[in-house]
Amino acid sequence: MGKIIELKKVNKWFDKFQVLKDIDLEVAPQEKIVICGPSGSGKSTLIRCINRLEEHQDGNIVVDGTELSESTKNIEKIRAEVGMVFQQFNLFPHLSILDNCTLAPIWVKKLPKKQAEEIAMKNLTRVQIDDQALKFPGQLSGGQQQRAAIARALCMEPKIMLFDEPTSALDPEMIKEVLDVMVDLAKGGMTMIVVTHEMGFAKEVADYMIFMDEGKIVERAKTKEFFESPKSERTKLFLSQIL
Amino acid sequence: MNLIAKPSKNNIKTYVPIGLSLVSLSFLDVFVNAFFDYNLMIFLPSQLSYFLPLLLGFIGFYLIRIELSGIHYLDILNKNINSNNFNALLTLLTIFIIIKSIPPMLDWFILEANFIGNSKEDCTGNGACWVFIKVWFNRFMYGLYPDAEQWRINTAFLILFVIVGASFFVSEKLKKYFILFLIFVFPFLGIKLISGGSFGLEYVESAAWGGLSLTFIISAFAILFCFPIGVILALGRRSSLPAIKYISIGFIELWRGVPLITVLFMSAVMFPMFLPDGTFIDKLIRVLIAITLFEAAYMAEVVRGGLQALPKGQYEAARSLGMGYWKMNFLIILPQALKLVIPGIANTLLALVKDTPLIFVVGLMELAGMIGLAKTNPKWLGMAMEGYVFAGLVFWIICYAMSRYSQNLEKKLSTER
Repeated sequence: MGKIIELKKVNKWFDKFQVLKDIDLEVAPQEKIVICGPSGSGKSTLIRCINRLEEHQDGNIVVDGTELSESTKNIEKIRAEVGMVFQQFNLFPHLSILDNCTLAPIWVKKLPKKQAEEIAMKNLTRVQIDDQALKFPGQLSGGQQQRAAIARALCMEPKIMLFDEPTSALDPEMIKEVLDVMVDLAKGGMTMIVVTHEMGFAKEVADYMIFMDEGKIVERAKTKEFFESPKSERTKLFLSQIL
Repeated sequence: MNLIAKPSKNNIKTYVPIGLSLVSLSFLDVFVNAFFDYNLMIFLPSQLSYFLPLLLGFIGFYLIRIELSGIHYLDILNKNINSNNFNALLTLLTIFIIIKSIPPMLDWFILEANFIGNSKEDCTGNGACWVFIKVWFNRFMYGLYPDAEQWRINTAFLILFVIVGASFFVSEKLKKYFILFLIFVFPFLGIKLISGGSFGLEYVESAAWGGLSLTFIISAFAILFCFPIGVILALGRRSSLPAIKYISIGFIELWRGVPLITVLFMSAVMFPMFLPDGTFIDKLIRVLIAITLFEAAYMAEVVRGGLQALPKGQYEAARSLGMGYWKMNFLIILPQALKLVIPGIANTLLALVKDTPLIFVVGLMELAGMIGLAKTNPKWLGMAMEGYVFAGLVFWIICYAMSRYSQNLEKKLSTER
């Protein structure tokens, strides 16, 4: 099967500090990958490179057949195909939930307003906040906001979804409602790369686990192997602390 | 032994009536003194009678300062203007000053002012000579614009007010067209109507324009144009392209660093020298451009403040949805940033309106300029006070209206919880 995301020898520096070191990663369509690791290990930076919110300085990143590089001609097209969910939700506070969801389809994909609204309502129903569609983000709870953010990304009908610690800013009782939505999404066949510390979620949906430390991929393994017989000492230590 | 018990709930029945009468007595004394020029305490030595109201009021306020008295209004009063001795003293002094200053103001503005007549000689009273404003009113509104043609200015402003008024009542969709018309068609239509020169309208050169109508014309044009230019400059200053960034910085710092009066003078006097012979740009237009660019520099910095206040996540979210630079800025960033800086924008625009009198340096006379001209008329010498009070009042009304509008806008656009 062809790969939808391919990273080869990707290196990135913030000034002199190297955040990504020789990252190799391949993701096939419909694969779910969970990336974990201590803070500062470069996991967020890695997935932000995949839709070029961060630029890499060395190596190749190919997303859906398009190489990401300096010439940004196609970057908007790539971003429209790669949905992203942020730790801090980043909903647009000046727009209603419905408008948050229809804005990009209307302006970027040039869909007619009516069609965009239909898609938006379909996705809001999917994340179970269709009854909040006309409210503003500030009127919603954290869990509802994050679900709205997922719906907003889904409205672009992306091929890939990136999740950057989607539950880290949530109160404990709201984490489950967001994870439920993500599990549902995974079962629907979406290609997903998730940075998270929710190991229960990882065990349930991930095809592969990736453990990162100090900018390097320390271990990449099938989910079951990863939890039951991790190879590297660093991974064992991390898992013993987090589980 | 306490000779006098501290005011409390136990002695509330005796202290509050005594305290209130003392306070009332002190106010009455000042009031009678201010309005009827009679000293109730004339029997006391002069120094004592001078400070007596303050003393009485102070004691009175002390007696009624009872915490949690159970009397609703007394509690409110104590909490707000009588929380401690110093507070009570300030309250008394403020009220005394207000009472004292009402009679002379009333006299000057109304009671001894002159309203009837049509020359300076008709002003016989000690108060203001409002005849001056009455006689010159037409000039204050229209400047030296010919009387017979003033209907054109009236029509232009009437159209403006009707459209603005109507836009509050029509549907959202129609409103959009109204606003587009106001921004892109009306300014040029209005100017054509006022300047004339075609459609059988007599040409009126801009040097003859003046008075309040010129204040409005200049303010409206400058506001209309300085806003988009300011936004572009603000975006430019944050651009990642060095050329655009440094041009924006240079422009902003140049215009911000020069006094408006200098800019106006250069635009009117020096600028034409650099033009090739035969080219001619109307003085009013040059001045308008100068004011617009000047205020745009300030506007840019206000808007930039708003841009910087937005979290980085908003940019990232917009970009992750596939939006390019312009879509991101116009759909996501600017709507939020501008909403944040409405107070700053209002501030800049108010300053702009109040800066318009400076155009006198190039010989254009809006409201304050016309008043300056009128007060030097030999027949009307000594009318500066009336004139500038009038100008102050008119400017205050305009600016207060703008300020209220900005507050409403802020409330309307608020999407917080």
